[in-house]
Amino acid sequence: MTAPTEMKSSFLLSALVLCRREIVRFLRQRSRIIGALGSPLIFWLLLGSGVGTSFAGGPGGSNYLEYYFPGTVVLILLFTAIFATISIIEDRKEGFLQAVLVAPIPRSSFVFGKMLGATSLAVIQGVLFLLLAPLVGFTWNMLPLTLLMLTLVAFSLTGLGYVIAWRMDSTQGFHAIMNVLLIPMWLLSGAVFPAKNASFWLKAVIMVNPLTYGLAAVRWSMYGSILGATMDLPPFVLSLGVTIAFGLAMFIVSLLMTRRPA
Amino acid sequence: MSTAAAVQVLNLTHKYGDRKALDGVSFEVRRGEIFALLGPNGGGKTTLFKILSTALTPSSGTAKLMGFDIRSQANDVRRRIGIVFQNPSLDKKLTVLENLRYHGQLYGLRGAALTDRVNEMMDRLMVADRAANLVETLSGGLARRVELAKGLLHRPEVLILDEPSVGLDPGARRDLWLYLQKLREKENVTILVTTHLVDEGDRSDHVLVLNLGQVVAMGTPESLKQEIGGDVISITTRDTEKLSAAIRQKFSVMPTIVNGTLRVEKEQGHMFIGHVVDAFPEMVDAVSLSKPTLEDVFIARTGHRFWEDQQQP
Repeated sequence: MTAPTEMKSSFLLSALVLCRREIVRFLRQRSRIIGALGSPLIFWLLLGSGVGTSFAGGPGGSNYLEYYFPGTVVLILLFTAIFATISIIEDRKEGFLQAVLVAPIPRSSFVFGKMLGATSLAVIQGVLFLLLAPLVGFTWNMLPLTLLMLTLVAFSLTGLGYVIAWRMDSTQGFHAIMNVLLIPMWLLSGAVFPAKNASFWLKAVIMVNPLTYGLAAVRWSMYGSILGATMDLPPFVLSLGVTIAFGLAMFIVSLLMTRRPA
Repeated sequence: MSTAAAVQVLNLTHKYGDRKALDGVSFEVRRGEIFALLGPNGGGKTTLFKILSTALTPSSGTAKLMGFDIRSQANDVRRRIGIVFQNPSLDKKLTVLENLRYHGQLYGLRGAALTDRVNEMMDRLMVADRAANLVETLSGGLARRVELAKGLLHRPEVLILDEPSVGLDPGARRDLWLYLQKLREKENVTILVTTHLVDEGDRSDHVLVLNLGQVVAMGTPESLKQEIGGDVISITTRDTEKLSAAIRQKFSVMPTIVNGTLRVEKEQGHMFIGHVVDAFPEMVDAVSLSKPTLEDVFIARTGHRFWEDQQQP
């Protein structure tokens, strides 16, 4: 009996309420900020400096700190998405979820609110790291495009985190998945080493890994067309398409899981 | 069909695998009354609570709240009910104020109306001075009050509470019940409460007693207790079978054996005690006389005490 317009506003408004809650909670838990932003930053500094100029896979002789930079941005997105979606398990355990699930709002607004909150947090932290980009030779010429790519990648990773977290009853379980699935997924996305030098089977895994295309989209947006092309990246349109499709698929799976009656 | 009913439940059945948690439960709750779902743990109360709060879809049967079907009109039901869960549903990392505001927003309250209502509820439940505190810093009793404020924020017509007094000290329990009674009188809110405490059944207008998923008794506490007829006499003895047979023969009453104690329901119980002790002085170790309670109703209907079911799988 509810008018469609009313449903629409209730969907968006309740999603925004839940999104805002995610951000408030995140800012109250300082350790999460350190975990999501701090450790990728340290990896970048240590690995980037350690491997240094012995790295020869980058475009136009770029050094490793530069090559590894977009990969680090994506790692920050991944970590934030993981920490934000782990909160689903906490919501369930601590009882908050039971109340939201019997509130007169569409289930989709819970899913969307959670993903929107986590995506915003991820992009904000990614942008904080992007402030360092000029130090390794990047310009901010295409910053709006980079922001858009970061948002799409963060949204898809948040969706993936949601799908994993929804059925889990312990945060330890999620950490295990993170180590055996999510971190390898990132390692094999072209973040740490380029696909062109890899062995056949690694290349195959890299090619079917959706995050490869997410990272490629971010690289394209940071390097621009000329340098990007010299890196043997998948074409920009393909990268963008796969990333959007991946995000959408994760959102739909999350929604279907959340809608299933108890 | 009475449209005046706040809750109508018809033949509700729910299975977890092969186990029937609810088995053909039917009842009605009138508007503006306090209705208790009383029973031992594992009796089916929580399953019923989950179904009525739209958290769980029943295997079969129907339930309507304020005329709306819990299955096909879940959102209409949700807008009209307030829910107080047994496990806290507050976000511990948010303040009292934030919890209430977010809840209000999810129920469609905005702007000044939201602010006024949140302030009103914080005042009424006396948590206004803790508005800026994180929920994780509150005591159990205080958190339950915030929970209640949250459940009532959107002015529900029916308030459903699952074991609301678990974990509360006696003072907080009394306050809670005083508040529920005030709520019913002043605002005509229908209150449905699950409990395993007999005295909470006594404070309600109607009681439904659940055991192993089935309704074993339903009515006002007074009418149920009157069914017992007179007093309840409990006799402790070394040989229950022998004394039971002897009493049956001599006084033509049927004692029941409950937890190794002989139990007789009889009017003029004090007279009966005298007769029994006179007749079998060497067999009676101890004897007690009491007015019937809802637990006696439960025993009379099921043949065992309130807490025995917990051992069963």
